[in-house]
Amino acid sequence: MGDITIGQMYPASSAVHRLDPRFKIVFTIMFVVMLFTAGSALTVAVNAAFVLIAYTLAKIPLKMLVKTLRPVIPIVVFMLIFNVLFYSGETVLLKLWIFKITLEGLKSAVFMVFRIVLIVAGTSLLTYTTSSIELTDAIESLLSPLKKLKFPVHELAMMMTIALRFIPTLIEETQKIMSAQKARGADFESGNLIARVKALLPILIPLFISAIKRASELATAMESRCYHNGIGRTRLKTLKSGKNDIAALMVMTGLLALVVVLSMFNL
Amino acid sequence: MQETLIRCENVSFQYGEERDNLTALKNIDLEINRGEFVAILGHNGSGKSTLAKHFNAVLTPTNEGRVLVGGIDTKDEERVFEVRRQVGMVFQNPDNQIVATVVEEDVAFAPENLGVEPSEIRRRVDEALEAVGMSEYKKHAPHKLSGGQKQRVAIAGVLAMQSDCIVLDEPTAMLDPQGREQVISTIVKLAREQGKTVVLITHFMEEAALCDRVIVMNDGQILLDGTPKEVFSKRAELKSVGLSVPAVTELCAILNESGLDISPDIISEEECLKEVSRVLKG
Ligand SMILES: Nc1ncnc2c1ncn2[C@@H]1O[C@H](COP(=O)(O)OP(=O)(O)O)[C@@H](O)[C@H]1O
Ligand SMILES: [Mg+2]
Repeated sequence: MGDITIGQMYPASSAVHRLDPRFKIVFTIMFVVMLFTAGSALTVAVNAAFVLIAYTLAKIPLKMLVKTLRPVIPIVVFMLIFNVLFYSGETVLLKLWIFKITLEGLKSAVFMVFRIVLIVAGTSLLTYTTSSIELTDAIESLLSPLKKLKFPVHELAMMMTIALRFIPTLIEETQKIMSAQKARGADFESGNLIARVKALLPILIPLFISAIKRASELATAMESRCYHNGIGRTRLKTLKSGKNDIAALMVMTGLLALVVVLSMFNL
Repeated sequence: MQETLIRCENVSFQYGEERDNLTALKNIDLEINRGEFVAILGHNGSGKSTLAKHFNAVLTPTNEGRVLVGGIDTKDEERVFEVRRQVGMVFQNPDNQIVATVVEEDVAFAPENLGVEPSEIRRRVDEALEAVGMSEYKKHAPHKLSGGQKQRVAIAGVLAMQSDCIVLDEPTAMLDPQGREQVISTIVKLAREQGKTVVLITHFMEEAALCDRVIVMNDGQILLDGTPKEVFSKRAELKSVGLSVPAVTELCAILNESGLDISPDIISEEECLKEVSRVLKG
């Protein structure tokens, strides 16, 4: 399965890749706020334009964007149908048995689709342009005030790094186990819900056992490489913010302000 | 006069509680000298991995025995990182020892833990990747590399720690022949050209034949310890503990037994070739 894109970095040399990861996390949060503030065609268009420009600046090919979105297609289709059929609007366009398709329903459905697509695309950009270590360093740094409250910030960050690192490994393993079970006649595609959940057990159990074994081996390997805890740890790449980060922050703040103001005037 | 790097004195080790009575190591005495290239052989469950984990203080003897690494007792908790820095470990499954999602960040993991300066980490990472021939992959995602490449990244991770000694626990067991070849030639280079002390745990006899010294373990004890020639000449003894000898050794021994004038202590293909052509010509 070569097309696991979630949580994986797309290495390239771009201005977006070089931004301070702490800023990138803040930008991602600002983007989410901006997207949920947007309630009109104009403001959603601003968000869409932002995502497209950001992808271009990050030198991430459109192909990647398509791959990212593929897994959410079922959700999008479901939301689309649900919104179209059940939205209680005024302007009825079409009446089908007990369902009414209304203009408002259509509108709401289109907005919903845009929101889902944009949020997946926009937030994925963070992991595409930031390595997991940078990401966790940044989270650690952003959350460092919580260390005073004895909150295990470093441990949390380390857990995230490892989770991201193991996503492809575990997905690959799931597929191997599934093929092995299929070869022995297991059937994952037919039967009712209970039958299907039952069919999943022979996958989950070996997967779980292997994950525990991996965890224990990884712990030994980390210990062997002198890992103890965050204390006294240095970094290959120290987090540094510069002119570009400040400039990007200003652009983001401007965009967010624009969207907020436009929404206040119902534009 | 050779300098001892790792010294095991009467080491016994038991997993779990005393009553389980599962003794993985039984009174092991062993010395490994600086610069040596040692292979450890033994069937599954003979205690090879348990012993290896004693070399870098991941495990410590459960009896009064002790392990000294560069003179430091591995039971000394204050100095455990000095021990682990000196003796690096590479494990069998390449997937379960890579921590980061970018090759160079993974190689940097150990020096980061040791608090090395960033500019120095950069230098070490580049040097280590160069030494294993993986420089061009430094920005790649490890899960997209081949098994042999992943193991070389793991070796680079140890080199970046500037260990004197590298212990590899069946590093080629999960690799295809091409990956094995890559990893073994990297290991041989480290031992022969860079003068690293290398302990290679393996179940491939051909790999063991490349080393200076072969230690055979059985049931938590050391059964044989000597040069590859000495060890592989004890075919019957090896067979009795479920091990074989390199294919060429087997061949020459059989030819010798059948009355041909072929030396039975051949361990490499070149030697075998020379010996056979000598007999054919003569
Ligand atoms: N984590 C563990 N818990 C309990 N017993 C173990 C553990 N690891 C290994 N053993 C036991 O210790 C013995 C030696 O194992 P090991 O050192 O892994 O051998 P080898 O590496 O030569 O295959 C075996 O009998 C094995 O079952
Ligand atoms: Mg083992």
